[in-house]
Amino acid sequence: MPTSELEKYFPVLVMAVIAAVMAASLTILSSVLGKRSKSPQKDTPYECGMAPTGDARDRFSIKFYLVAMIFILLDIEAVFLYPWAVVYRQLKWFAFFEMLLFIALVLVGYFYIWKKGALDWAIPERPRKAGPKTGTNLYREAA
Amino acid sequence: MDFMILSLIKLGLVLFIFMTALAYIQWIERKVIAHVQLRVGPKRVGPHGLLQPLADVIKLITKEGMVPSHVHPVFYYLAPFVAVFFALIPISFIPFGQANVKIPFTDITTNMELTDLNIGLLLILGLSGMGVYGIALAGWASNNKYSLIGGLRSSAQMISYELPMALALVSPLLMLNTVSLRELVNGQEGFYFNVIPRWTIFLMPAPQIFSFIIFMIAGFAETNRVPFDLPEAENELVAGFHVEYASMKFAAFFMAEYANMVTVCSVATLLFLGGWHPIVVPGIGNWIPALVHIGGGAICLYHGLVQPARKWDNITLPVFGVAFIGAGLLFAIPIVQELLAPVFWFTAKLLILLFVFIWVRATLPRFRYDQLMRFAWLFMFPLALVNLLITGLLVAATTN
Amino acid sequence: MDAILFFLFATITVICAINMVLQRHPISSALSLIGVMGSLAVLYLLLGGEFIAMAQLIVYSGAIMVLFLFVIMLLNSGAEPKRSRHKILLFLGAPLLVILLGVIGYFIQGQIPAQEMVKFGSWESGPGKPAFGSPQNVGMSLFTSYLLPFEITSVLILIAILGAIVLARKEID
Repeated sequence: MPTSELEKYFPVLVMAVIAAVMAASLTILSSVLGKRSKSPQKDTPYECGMAPTGDARDRFSIKFYLVAMIFILLDIEAVFLYPWAVVYRQLKWFAFFEMLLFIALVLVGYFYIWKKGALDWAIPERPRKAGPKTGTNLYREAA
Repeated sequence: MDFMILSLIKLGLVLFIFMTALAYIQWIERKVIAHVQLRVGPKRVGPHGLLQPLADVIKLITKEGMVPSHVHPVFYYLAPFVAVFFALIPISFIPFGQANVKIPFTDITTNMELTDLNIGLLLILGLSGMGVYGIALAGWASNNKYSLIGGLRSSAQMISYELPMALALVSPLLMLNTVSLRELVNGQEGFYFNVIPRWTIFLMPAPQIFSFIIFMIAGFAETNRVPFDLPEAENELVAGFHVEYASMKFAAFFMAEYANMVTVCSVATLLFLGGWHPIVVPGIGNWIPALVHIGGGAICLYHGLVQPARKWDNITLPVFGVAFIGAGLLFAIPIVQELLAPVFWFTAKLLILLFVFIWVRATLPRFRYDQLMRFAWLFMFPLALVNLLITGLLVAATTN
Repeated sequence: MDAILFFLFATITVICAINMVLQRHPISSALSLIGVMGSLAVLYLLLGGEFIAMAQLIVYSGAIMVLFLFVIMLLNSGAEPKRSRHKILLFLGAPLLVILLGVIGYFIQGQIPAQEMVKFGSWESGPGKPAFGSPQNVGMSLFTSYLLPFEITSVLILIAILGAIVLARKEID
């Protein structure tokens, strides 16, 4: 049996060291053991055989950024739920209504995000132009 | 014996079993998917392809450890390191059997775990959150359009599903009131009317079936498995964030994925399926491990001796059959039964959940990205929240 | 043992923090900051703040730094160009840094009562007696004594959500 609370973390620490060694050896081993050969073709980024154009690190949709931001805020809410859950049976209705108020306020923000369409990743459908739909037209619309 | 020495010995044992299991989960996955698709799967290396994992590892290690010149070399190496590092740590504090077990022929008593932390569940959540960095870094460091899009999608997906996951984990805590994994399982002991186990998914007053389902779905997304394998989406992103990776660095991401799968399934087992508690009352339940092994052995013997389907089956299958029956007889010995039956139950539940992961991969198609995000934010999140509030209502109403 | 662990992780924290400032590539800086957050979590743990350590790991290392990384990737900012520095600045700066550290150290020294040593990892728990920094203890004080700050947090989160949407509004519409 562990003698102190901190000693309980000893296996975790040892495991972290072992995991670090294993992860390092996995990533480095084949660079040491494997053969080496260089060619200009190998050095180009893989793009299904096409010659790459432009920089790969292009700017991307703001939605990713927004999702990360909303995630932080709701994650803070989720972290508060854990100490709440472990004392729930002691506080009962008091704890319930406390958290109801808390969640209700956060939910107002959640519905605001929802209504603003920040969670909708689909490209909004454009109103279609009237006209005969032939094969070529469909292709042009898709593009 | 000293706690530290004892835990080092246990760590060595658990690590050996865990690493072997990781290698063989991959073999099982290939076999199961092959049989779902009416193929045979790996069978050339060793009997039934059992040595395939070993062959794969040797092959991958001796492959060229290529570092293309367009990548950022430091982050390129760092990404698989981070992915594997954070995936391996959780096994050091996941309990897998009962406490205070006396090891036969010695006077050592120990717990069937490496350690039990007061905040075990939170640490698992924290570490699974760190897994995002491996993938995001791999995508960015590769300096490849496919990789970057794959990495970003994957990170956004993982953080989106982490929320419902965290919320789904809270509801059972309302009834069990602890975040220590061992105490969580201890709270699920016993049976209703001697039939229905008091696991969290059946536990009164608020059975947690919905949070179990939400947790499992979020688990699929967190480990980037089908139907949430958008970062890898072969048909559009070729292989997503690991396009530019080769050799063992490439395999490191898969190792991390399988280790994460084991962690997710362990948490589901411990939190929702009663951990190491048996599914039927102990009187009969104690004999089930023995019966399962002997039954498996009998099937092997039948297929090996009576109906050998392939060339070497009349030699290999009887060997497996005898080994299984031997293990089954071992489980009939009372001392062993007491020691290992809980571990058997834990492992059995874990393997069934892992099988579900593989089964789903063989069955379901992939989500489209906007569907995936809408599912997380507009369905899973509110559902988890409603489930939480209803659980709170029921628990508060019935607690006196 | 506890003191060794403290100095180990304190050193890691400081090295990561210095590295964060010195690195010219923004992603290197962000990763160093993750290192700082992670080792800070371990330091909280050494002091017995188990729940705080986990909250640090989940919220700071797991959530906030993901946003940092996303923003850096979004802006696609490359490495900062190396600025030419005058030698004089170094000669002037180094003594000033020493003086600053000295002054801070002096004031901290004045604040701490000299007799009481900081105890690392000596927190105790038992059946029915949750440890000092455990979720049970934190929960009890958070939901009874510090109820108002907790509820106000939800207002803060609400305001932050509105702020996030307003910032990104042009792009969504």
